[in-house]
Amino acid sequence: MDSKVKKELIKKHSPSSSLFKNSLLAFFFGGLICVIGELLLMLYSHLGCDEKTAGILVTVTLIFIAAILTALGIFDKIARHAGAGTLVPVTGFSNAVVSEAMDSKSEGYVLGVGAKIYTVAGPVILYGILSGFVYGVIYYIYTLVEGMKL
Amino acid sequence: MRRITKLRTPIHFDSWAAVGGYEERRGPLGEKFDFCDISDKFGQSTWEIAEAEMGRVALNTALSKSGMSHDRIELLVAGDLQNQCVASSTGLSSFGIPFLGVYGACSTCTESLMTLCSFIDSSEHMTIGAAVTTSHNSAAERQFRTPIEYGGQRAPTAQWTSTAAGAFILGRGEGEVQITEYMPGRIVDGSTSDGANMGGAMAFAAFDSLQAYFEESGEEIRNFDCIVTGDLGKVGSDILRELLAKSISGAERIHTDCGLLLYDFKKQDVHSGASGCGTSASVLACHFLPMLKEGKIRNILFMSTGALMSPSSLLQGENIYGIAPLIRIENMKGSE
Repeated sequence: MDSKVKKELIKKHSPSSSLFKNSLLAFFFGGLICVIGELLLMLYSHLGCDEKTAGILVTVTLIFIAAILTALGIFDKIARHAGAGTLVPVTGFSNAVVSEAMDSKSEGYVLGVGAKIYTVAGPVILYGILSGFVYGVIYYIYTLVEGMKL
Repeated sequence: MRRITKLRTPIHFDSWAAVGGYEERRGPLGEKFDFCDISDKFGQSTWEIAEAEMGRVALNTALSKSGMSHDRIELLVAGDLQNQCVASSTGLSSFGIPFLGVYGACSTCTESLMTLCSFIDSSEHMTIGAAVTTSHNSAAERQFRTPIEYGGQRAPTAQWTSTAAGAFILGRGEGEVQITEYMPGRIVDGSTSDGANMGGAMAFAAFDSLQAYFEESGEEIRNFDCIVTGDLGKVGSDILRELLAKSISGAERIHTDCGLLLYDFKKQDVHSGASGCGTSASVLACHFLPMLKEGKIRNILFMSTGALMSPSSLLQGENIYGIAPLIRIENMKGSE
C-alpha cells in the first residue's frame, strides 16, 4: 500500500479538534483570568499600592494561584477544557514550570529539578529574550533615525 | 516465505492475572481485574517503580491462581514501555527466574507470549514459563509526552496510555485454552509522524498481518469468533475495518480492539481509546481468556499492535512504524 493512500486513510478517519468550541472556551477562561486579575488590581490599589506595584503583585498572585492549583492536580483538569485560555496568560508559564519541577523531583534536586525545570517553559524564556533583543535593536535604530530628523 | 508457525507441542494457559489503576477500575472491565490500585502508586514513591511493582503483583497473582511456586517457572519473558525495559527488570528481579526482556512497544504482550511459546516448543526440558507486560500512564507521559500535571489540550486522535499489567503462566501439555499458532509481524510504515495518532499509524501493520495470515493459512473467517487487535483505538479500528471490508470480507464484523474495550468513552476522557502495552495484556487476561475458558468464544486471533518510535524520532519528524505479531488462541474442550 503506498504512502499516499495511507495518509489519506488516516486523514479520513481522524477527527479534528473543534476550532469554534476551543476558541470559545479559551476566550471564556482567558477572559475570566483577566477579570480575576483586574479585581486583584483594584484590591491592591485599594490597599494603598501604586499602580506599578499593584500590577506586579497581580502577576505574582496569579503565578502563585496557578502553582498551587498545579500542585493540587486541579490545573490540568481545567486546562483540558480551557486550552489557550489558561496557557497564554502567565498561569500557563507557572504551570509549565511547576509541573516539570514536580515530575523531576524524584530524580534529585540538581540533575532532576535543577536541570529539567525549564524543559517545557524553556522555549518561552529563550524566544522571549530573543524577541525582546530584536525589538530593542529595532527601537534603538528607530530612535537614532528620529534623532537625526530633529 | 512461510510466516505462520503451528506449535508442535500443545501449550496451554495455566493461569493469568490482570492488574490495573484508577481509570481501569472505572472502566467497563473494572470488576474483572484481579486487583486495581486506585492511587496508581502501588505503594511506591515514583511512577516508574509503581509500574515495576504492578508487574510484580500481576505475576504473583497469576502464580497464586495456578497454585505454583515461582521456582517452578523456567523462563520469564517480560517487557514494558520504559527505557531499557527497566520496569520489568526492577519489578521481577526478586523472583530469580531466568529472564528475557522484550520490547515491541505496545505489541509486547503478543511478542512475549510468542517468544515463550517458541522456547517451550523447541526446548527438550522446559515445561513452564511466564510472560508479563506492563504499562503505566504516568511513567509513559513523563517519558514520551509532557509532565503529568501539565495543562494542555490533547488531540481527539490521541490515546490514553493504560496503567495496566497482564501476567500469564504457560505450560507444556494440553489444557482448556491453548495457543496453537503464532506469526511474527512485519515492520510497516505508518506514513505519519504524528505522535498523537498512533492508532492510525498501527492500523496498516494489523492489516498487513491479517492479510498474510489468511493468505498463508487459507482459513475462513467463519472459523473465528473474534479478531482482536491491541490498541488501535477509534481511529485505527476504523481504518482497519475499512481495509478489511475491501479485502478480507467478513473480518471487519468480528474485529474488536482492546483499546475500545478498556474505558467508557462517555464517562472517561480518553479520546480515541486506550493505548500502552498493558492494554492488550490486561484485556486478554481479564476479558478474552475467561471467555475462552468458559467456552463463550472458542477461537480467536490475538494481535497486540505496536507503534515503534521514540520521543527523539518523533521530534526529528520520522514516521511511526507499526508492528502486529499474531497468535491464535483456542478453546480445546469439545472442539472435535
